[in-house]
Parts: sequence; C-alpha cells; structure tokens
Amino acid sequence: MSLGLEHFLILSAILFSIGLYGALTKRSAIVILMSIEIMLNAVNIAMVAFSRYIVPALLTGQVFTIFIIAVAAAEATVGLAIIIAIYRSRETIDATKIDLMKW
Amino acid sequence: MTAAIPYQLVWLIFLLPLFSFAVISLIFRPFLNNKPRLSGYITIAAISGSLILSIWALTEVLAAPGHELAIPDISWLVIEGGINIHFGLIMDSLAAVMLIVVTVVSLMVQIYSQGYMRGDPGYHRYYAFMSLFTASMLGLVLVDNLLLMYIFWELVGLCSYLLIGFWFHRPAAANAAKKAFIVTRIGDFGFLAAILLLYSNAHTFDIATLIDKAPGLAAMSFLGASVLTWAAIGIFAGAVGKSAQFPLHVWLPDAMEGPTPVSALIHAATMVAAGVFLVARMYPLFEHSEAALLAVAIIGGLTSIFAATMGLVMTDIKRVLAYSTISQLGYMMLGLGVGGIAIGIFHLFNHAFFKALLFLGAGSVNHATGTFDIRHMGGLRKIMPWTYATFLIASLSIAGIWPLAGFWSKDEILASSLENQPILFYLAMVTVFMTAFYMFRVVFLTFGGQYRGGDSASHSARPHESPPVMVVPMVILAFLAIGSGWLNITGSFGQFLGHGETHSFVLGFFGVLAHPLAWVSLLMAGAGILLAYAMYSAKWLSAERITRLFYPLHTLFSRKYWLDELYENIIARIVLLNGLFAGLRLFDSGVVDGAVNGVANTMVATGRVIRKAQTGQLQLYGLFIILGVLAIIFCLYFFG
Repeated sequence: MSLGLEHFLILSAILFSIGLYGALTKRSAIVILMSIEIMLNAVNIAMVAFSRYIVPALLTGQVFTIFIIAVAAAEATVGLAIIIAIYRSRETIDATKIDLMKW
Repeated sequence: MTAAIPYQLVWLIFLLPLFSFAVISLIFRPFLNNKPRLSGYITIAAISGSLILSIWALTEVLAAPGHELAIPDISWLVIEGGINIHFGLIMDSLAAVMLIVVTVVSLMVQIYSQGYMRGDPGYHRYYAFMSLFTASMLGLVLVDNLLLMYIFWELVGLCSYLLIGFWFHRPAAANAAKKAFIVTRIGDFGFLAAILLLYSNAHTFDIATLIDKAPGLAAMSFLGASVLTWAAIGIFAGAVGKSAQFPLHVWLPDAMEGPTPVSALIHAATMVAAGVFLVARMYPLFEHSEAALLAVAIIGGLTSIFAATMGLVMTDIKRVLAYSTISQLGYMMLGLGVGGIAIGIFHLFNHAFFKALLFLGAGSVNHATGTFDIRHMGGLRKIMPWTYATFLIASLSIAGIWPLAGFWSKDEILASSLENQPILFYLAMVTVFMTAFYMFRVVFLTFGGQYRGGDSASHSARPHESPPVMVVPMVILAFLAIGSGWLNITGSFGQFLGHGETHSFVLGFFGVLAHPLAWVSLLMAGAGILLAYAMYSAKWLSAERITRLFYPLHTLFSRKYWLDELYENIIARIVLLNGLFAGLRLFDSGVVDGAVNGVANTMVATGRVIRKAQTGQLQLYGLFIILGVLAIIFCLYFFG
C-alpha cells in the first residue's frame, strides 16, 4: 500500500489529541510540558506532509518545521525555568495545587 | 351721553387691585412694615378706582347695541393649525352687573376692615390678599375664555384659602382653610374635565365660540349622553364646589374661622357667587341640555332646604349666616335652573348686599362683645342702635318682606319654580318660612332681651357701638339692601340681562301685592318671624321644650346630618386612606420596588453562581479554550 497524505494527517491528529489530553489532564507540570512538545511535533509532521505531497519543490513546510523546533526548544526552556521557580516557592509542581487566581 | 370707555380702562378694572397687591407685597410689607394703614389706603383707592370704572362701563353697556362692548383681544398662545388661545375680555350686561356687585361689596368691606382689623399684626398681609382676591374675582368675571376663567377661578380659591387661614397659628383656622381648598378642588376637577371635553370636541376655549357651537355639541354623543350634557354637568360640578351646594357644602361653615370681613366679602357676596356666575355665563350651553338644567334646579332646591334646616339650630351667629348663604345660593341655582339668567343673577345681586351687611353686622357685634355665640348676647338693641337697625333691615330683606330687595328676587324664583317644577316650589316655600325663622331667632337672641354675656370685669361686659369707619359701610349697604330690588320693578333688570324674563312681577311697586303668590310668601315669612318672636322674645313658647319635643330632628340638624363625620372619618380615613391608598402603597412597595430589587438580586445570584467557574486551575481554562475552538470550527463547518 502506498502512503498518501491522509495517513500522515491521521498520525498528526492522533499525536495532537494525545498531546492535548495530556496537557489538560496531567497533574505534573513537567508532563504537561512534555505533552505540549508532543502537540508541537504533531504539527511538525503535518507541516512536512503537506509540503511533501502538495508542492515538494518549495520546501515551505520543512522550513516552517525548523522554525517550530527552535521555538519549541526555547519555550520548553522558559517553561522549565518557571516550573523550577514555582517549585522553589511552593514545594510542589502539581498543577491542581497552583490556583491562587480564583474566586 | 357719556364718552365711550376706552378698552384699556376696562382692562384697568381688574389690573388696579392687582397693582395694589403688588405694591403691598413688594414695597409696603418689606419696607414700610410699621405703617400698616397704608395698605388699607392703597387697596381702598384701587378698588374705588375699579368701582368708578365699573360704573362708567355699566353706563356704556346700557347704551350699547346688544348690551355688549367690543374689546380687542391679545393673542397669547398661537400655534399654526392648532391652538389659538387669546387673552380677551367680555364686557356685556352680565359682566357689568357682576362688576358692580364685586366692587361695591369689596369697597365696603375694605373700609370696614380698617376698623375691624385695627391692631392686627398681619394687616399688610390681609390687605394684600384682599386686593389679590378682588383682582381675581374681577378677572374671573371679565375674561372670555374658559382657560383663563379657570386660572382666575383657582386664584380665587387660593385667596380664599389664604384668607380663611389668615390666623394660621390657630389650628381650627388652618384646618378650615385646608378643608375649603380641598373640597372646592373636588368640584374643580369636574370643571377641568368639562373644559377639556369641550376643547377636544370644539377645539376652542373661547366662550362665545363654544356657545355658537353648542347645538353641534348637543348632537355628539359620548358615553351615553351628549357631549354638551357632560360638559354642562362638569361645569356645574365646579359651581357646586365653589358655591357650596350639596354635597360639597361642608367647607363653608368651617370657613367662618376666618376674619369676619373675609366672610362678608368672599363667603357671602363674591366667591361663592362665582359658581352661580359660571352657570349664568355658560347658560346657553345649559339651555341645550334638559338634563343639566334639571340637575341645577334640583340640587339648588334641595340644598336650600337642607341648609336651612341646619341653620335653625346653630348657636354661632356666623354659622347661621353661613348656612343661610348656602341656602340662598341654592335659591340662585334654582332660579337659574327653572327661570333663566336674569332670575338667578337678580337674586345674586340682591343677596350680595344684604348678606354682606349681615356679616358686617355680625362682625360689629363681635367687636363689641368678643364672642359669636348668640347665647351670650342680648339687649344690644339699645347699646348698638346702628348695628341693630342695619342688621334688622338686612334680616327683613333676606326673609323676603315687601318692599325690601329680597322680596323681589325671591318671589321671582318662587314664581318660576311654581310654573316649571312644582315640587321644588313647595320646598322653596318651606325654606322661606325657615329662613325667616332662623334669621329672626338670631335677631331676637342677639339684640333683644337683656345682655347675657361677659363677666363684669372684662371689656365685653360693657359693649359699645362700633366706630364710624365700620358703621358707615353698613349703612350704605343697608340702603342697597332696601333698594336694589327696585331695579326690576318694571322688568328692566331682567331685560338688561336677557335669557329669561322676570315676568310675573312686572306689575309695579304696589301692584305686585295684588298677586296671590306674593301674599303666600309674605304669610310664610311672617309666620316664621312670628314663631321666632314667640319662642325667643315674648317667650310664649319655650325653646327648650320644643327642642326636647323634636329631639331627633334637632340632633340631626345640629350634627349637620353627620356629613362631616361621613366625609372625614368614613370616606377620607377608612375608604381612602386605609383602603385605597394603603393598597396602592402596598403595590408600590411590593410590586414596583419588588421588581426593581428583584432584578438586582437576580443579577447578584447569577454572578454568585457563575464565578465558581474561576477555579484558578490552568488546565480547566485550557479545556474551555479547546472547547471554544471546537465550537468555532463546528459553526464554520456547518453554517458556513
């Protein structure tokens, strides 16, 4: 069977859903960060697939993917820094316990 | 003959007292407070001026064709294609007669007040209000449209309030003033409704135009009867309030709390006559409506006997005169209802003079003895001869004794009612008897016998005649009380006014005695005088025994048929205050406030529920974001 665009897009959607589920339900802040990375990578796969199957000569999607990887790295760095700061003041990284801004 | 009166001077007739009011209020009272007599002088000067102008105007109207002078209007409120209210005067026979009445009586009362109100701290205020009242009354008589007449009508009521409550620190006077104003306002509501009804159908306030449109209005139907009937009844309602007819008569006896000259001017001669004047002025409207005329006659006739019964038992001289006024006003309404303008106004003309004289006499007696209670008077005949003589003349006049003034106008009314409404004629005859009786009861108890009042140390133990400034106006009014009826001996008064002949009595001064009706009325009056003489002077019959014999009737009369209790306790307190108004208050605080507060409470409760969504947990917010995105995609996909 030959791989078509739809296979990659389905893979991307599944990965995105897994990442979304993790981001919304996991307690540990680090696991949330990991889920966000999964979501970003799912997007990457979709980008490359679109680029390969529609206009391969332009390489637009691949270039955009490189941007996303760089941004993801920076964002993970900043996220980890925030988590460390929270841990220093609250002794926990449980997302359900960090709820000062409520009614 | 006389030069034609320039129309500006006709305007001046009511502007002069208004000017004196302004001067007293703005200059004399603030700056010349220590010279009270000045207010009196300027008022008397102004009203004398008005009197001279009125006499001149009367001579002009007598000579003018159709008995009417043309006076240019002043445009007041003109809106294209809609409203056109102007400020104009009518100077016809009715206005001329009323002007004479008002100015003469007012002048006499103002002169008298110089003596009666001497030393009163409110002297300026008194004359200011008296000037304003005279100006308003003259204005009311002169204006030619209903809107302005309503304004002056209310002004007259205002002055009455101010003057009844002149000694405002006395609670009885303050309450009486309030009562007068409120009760007359109830009638004025009918008047206003009539004015608005007429305007909405005829699109004018002008009286002459309304009279022309009357047949058309009689044809229009509204709620069962014609527009004209409703309007006439509304106008009559205003007259019922102002002229103290049943059922709105309750304010007049209480109004006697005011100073006696006020009672003489306002509640005997002029303001209460305004109701009669209004019906006369709008008479062509009434002529087209049988029902309204009948209502006028019936209420007039019933009121006159109703009030006379209460006058029989009162012990306060002014209260007797107040009920007498109500009764005589009933006569005037009866005259208007069965006879016509001339008959009612003729009685108004005569009544003004002798009733004012009676009140001034009562004031004179009060000045001497310090009281109004006739049980504490007596024997004043020799001490106060001038007061006695004038009071006696006025009493004979009101009883309808020939040849004094009252005889002529009363018998006109009796003759007309005999022709048109015989039942009312019998009631009126009984009233003649009662009138004579109660007036002479007062005369005999006040002036006859021995002086029963005052202890030997007080001033009232030695009563004396009043000073000339009080006696001279009384004497002048006495001449008028004798002679004012003679104006109609040849029917000239009736012809001057038109709209209803004064027929049966155009037989001459002595010729009238050949008419049987004259003898019947004289006999009734004579019987009344004789009974009063028997009970109170010669004491052939004992007043106490007759009182005990007729005790239930006596109680009914002296408690004023319990109408005051009905109005104040039952209607005002229970039905209105505790019933209707309390219900409305509950509605306001429950429903209206409840709705407003309810909206606010709903908002607060909703907020309290919704803010629970702010848990502070990031992941919940993220969930909401995702759900929102999904919703947008859904909408875009399915609804394009």
